[in-house]
Amino acid sequence: MDANLGAGIPARLGRAASRPRKRWLPSVLFYGVAAGLAGLFVLPVLWSLLTSLMPAAEASSSPPTYWPSRLTLENYVRLANTGDGILHYVWNSSAVAALTVSWTVILSTLAGYGFSRFRFPGRSLLFVGILATLMIPFQSILTPLFVLLRTLHLQNTLTGLALVYTTFQLPFSVFMMRNAFDVVPLELEEAAMVDGCTPGKLLVRIMLPLVSPGVVTVALFAFFNSWNELLAALILQTDAEKFTLPVMLLNARSGSLGSINWGVMQAGISVGMLPCAVLFLLLQRYYISGLIAGAVKS
Amino acid sequence: MTSRPAAASRSRRASRRRACAGLLFVLPAVCFTLVFFVVPLGMTIWMSLNDWPLLQKPHFVGLANYASLLHDDSFWSSLLFTVEYTLAVTPPLFLVAFGLALLVQRRAPLVGIFRTAYFLPVVIGMAVASLLWVWLLNDQVGVISDVLMKLRIVDEPLQWLDTTQSALAAIVVMVLWKASGFIMVLLLVGIQAIPEELGEAARIDGASWSQRLYHITLPLLRRTFALALVISIIGSFLAFEQFFILSHGGPRNSTISVVYRIYREAFTAFHLGYASAMSVILLAILVSLSVLQLWLLREQDA
Repeated sequence: MDANLGAGIPARLGRAASRPRKRWLPSVLFYGVAAGLAGLFVLPVLWSLLTSLMPAAEASSSPPTYWPSRLTLENYVRLANTGDGILHYVWNSSAVAALTVSWTVILSTLAGYGFSRFRFPGRSLLFVGILATLMIPFQSILTPLFVLLRTLHLQNTLTGLALVYTTFQLPFSVFMMRNAFDVVPLELEEAAMVDGCTPGKLLVRIMLPLVSPGVVTVALFAFFNSWNELLAALILQTDAEKFTLPVMLLNARSGSLGSINWGVMQAGISVGMLPCAVLFLLLQRYYISGLIAGAVKS
Repeated sequence: MTSRPAAASRSRRASRRRACAGLLFVLPAVCFTLVFFVVPLGMTIWMSLNDWPLLQKPHFVGLANYASLLHDDSFWSSLLFTVEYTLAVTPPLFLVAFGLALLVQRRAPLVGIFRTAYFLPVVIGMAVASLLWVWLLNDQVGVISDVLMKLRIVDEPLQWLDTTQSALAAIVVMVLWKASGFIMVLLLVGIQAIPEELGEAARIDGASWSQRLYHITLPLLRRTFALALVISIIGSFLAFEQFFILSHGGPRNSTISVVYRIYREAFTAFHLGYASAMSVILLAILVSLSVLQLWLLREQDA
């Protein structure tokens, strides 16, 4: 596990090092409490993972089985045969996430560059207009979104869902990218411009590598939000074939895709959780810096 | 050699070209926002003035939807329940998050791992997390009931869906697990912005840990708290998955949040116009909360 959560947070220096450590009791207490709490937060996830690997009978036993007699992938195999098969929904969710991430990255990089480096009429109005979207979460305009996508024949399409997700990623992402471009020194660009570089070439060849941490943050948030989203997918995807993973799991639970047991449910939940957990553990410094920037936006 | 006026007009032309380029760069994002945000936003208001069934033609009814909304107990009780939920979840959430933040604000080996552990549930989707807790809280196969029984804290499996209070309590526990890490990070940023000399000086003057907490940390964290509070309240107002999945709105429709209520009106009853009128009320609440947030930020900058 990577131990750099809070890499975006300014570090405290000194105190622990400057004082001699004579009292060991507080230290034992600290580690005991902190580790116990860590268990409370992490165990439900690990528990679900372990149960997904138990034989069906043990996964559904009452009282619960704490130590499986053997580990097996049978729940995952069952899951692969539920409805259209889990892989179909994983594919749907991945396709929507891939579209959302790429559109979000492209649109917010272009817009961030435009807002950071060019003066044009209506610049601040448009910027504030895009940011103001943050005030109105999509939950409050779902009904018209449904009508709009039906009119545009985009309901029940993965593209339509990705378009909606992208739009609601934009305020945060444009804000992030504009800030990323703002800190790149102007001289770099001027030098390239003297060499006859066009704005487009300049953006791709020179600026993009410099703002790549911003791009990673923006992509990460777009992925998490699209992979995890339920409500819009529930409303816009009424055709079982177009369900995303969370919608499919929900239906699997209520049994509308055939009866299902607890072990298979945990396998599905694990498939939903794992990509997020892994990406977070790998890229947490980008995630946290985005979280902090997003929370104290101005 | 070029004359002066020619050079000036060339630079004017260049700056116009740059302005065009700038507009082109921001245009795609602006178009997305127009089509999938501004248009639906306008439609919400228009739809709320219409009787708008799913399949037949809508027709204009003026403020009739709002008039019936005034007497619609199921809407107001969902709003009231959302407020209740917010009041129930916010204090424990901040208590736990602040405790965690104080615990892991120090520099010591492994602290990073603890922070990561507390934050992990935040990145798991609310829908999947709710499904996970359906299982954890289940009276037959759930681990929670079993562990509580083994520890002799309860005598029989938890029937948490029996009463509104116990259903709400179960959901609060789940949200504590899911969201404490998020608030913890916001508070950590605030705590670490406090100059360390302040605490150090107070310690030398003989101030105890709790005195330093009350007289230094807490007052200096006021704005951080206020900001995190608004973010958390907005989140609570939009709560949906935990009620939709975990409690199914039960027992007896007593745990239905506003978003859940709107969802049912629009996509179970297919009263799209009426649901839009409800959305407009929710919108007004959310915008006021955001204005409050902006105002707090302005204070912070000043």
